[in-house]
Amino acid sequence: MNFFSRKKSAATSAKERLQLVLVHDRTDLTPAELESLKDELLKTISRYIDIDPEAVQIGLERDGRAQRLVADIPLKSSARRKAG
Amino acid sequence: MTAQVITVTSGKGGVGKTTAVANLATALAADGRKVVCIDGDIGLRNLDVVMGLENRIVYDIVDVIEGRCKLRQAMIRDKHHPELYLIPAAQTRDKNAVSPSDMIRICNDLRADYDFVVIDSPAGIERGFRNSIAAADRVLVVTNPEVSAVRDADRVIGILEAEEKGNPALILNRLNPVMVKQHDMLSAEDVLDLLAIQLIGIVPEDENVIVGSNRGTPVVLDPKSRAGQAFRNIAKRLQGQDVPFMDLDKGTGLWNRIQKITGRK
Ligand SMILES: Nc1ncnc2c1ncn2[C@@H]1O[C@H](COP(=O)(O)OP(=O)(O)OP(=O)(O)O)[C@@H](O)[C@H]1O
Ligand SMILES: [Mg+2]
Repeated sequence: MNFFSRKKSAATSAKERLQLVLVHDRTDLTPAELESLKDELLKTISRYIDIDPEAVQIGLERDGRAQRLVADIPLKSSARRKAG
Repeated sequence: MTAQVITVTSGKGGVGKTTAVANLATALAADGRKVVCIDGDIGLRNLDVVMGLENRIVYDIVDVIEGRCKLRQAMIRDKHHPELYLIPAAQTRDKNAVSPSDMIRICNDLRADYDFVVIDSPAGIERGFRNSIAAADRVLVVTNPEVSAVRDADRVIGILEAEEKGNPALILNRLNPVMVKQHDMLSAEDVLDLLAIQLIGIVPEDENVIVGSNRGTPVVLDPKSRAGQAFRNIAKRLQGQDVPFMDLDKGTGLWNRIQKITGRK
């Protein structure tokens, strides 16, 4: 039934692509703008506290028809900061 | 009596707005309601042919607005139901011939004498769309289970929210249960999850819809058509009845999940 049987189904691919597109349509924020927002946010935060940029997760999430900018920013412990 | 004004709209064109208006208006009239439908697609008149009334047109909505006739003179009586009327769109190229306040005035004029006013909006988010939603008490957004139609529906729903037009409800049209089963088409569940609005009906892909339009006899008048049944159910829901969603896909369990999703909302 599906020639590309290893691939994602057409329905799954449609849904995943729409999830992304709708988040950006609804916020009027392009993926590029979101990236530079993340960069500036990280710069600002690291002026005050020590963070590991690699561990940071910032993204848009859907919550019904509302969108949320969700950031998960693990902090380095102050002990480690003193030691380092 | 005070009519409920219902506008049927979409983002993308060709998803089934005119089909939905003709069928819902006919089903409401068949249930004994007094109904007027208005073709809001100025310049691209269509509701008349879908309802089979194209030969009876004398005046149109722009004639009413510009004072060439009385509102009642522009109302064409349906062939099948004496309490169903159509106010046709003008074929003029001047889309500015109608304004939102004209639509509000016309609808207010009708409210006292009818149960439902059903407005067929043009696609898109321009003047004709603004006119069509101006008087709406309730907006129905039609989409197909297809990426561009869903994306454009989301845009329109966003605008309706921003304009505080109440909670729009979704008609998912042309669903093909076989394709959904094969995972080749977005399911109703997927579309509802993406758009996150209330569902008022799922209409299956059904060739009887085209046969009905060709004849000028809306498919709700065909008791055996699945799409006809779906539209009759939506009409009942518009009248406040709690009608369970049709099992378009018996045995897969999909429908039970849909019932659950919609039941929660
Ligand atoms: N459930 C269905 N099954 C099969 N065909 C359908 C169904 N619904 C609509 N169609 C067909 O799809 C086509 C477009 O429908 P329709 O004219 O109602 O769309 P529309 O949204 O009003 O378009 P426009 O944006 O141009 O006004 C028509 O040929 C119609 O017969
Ligand atoms: Mg149309």
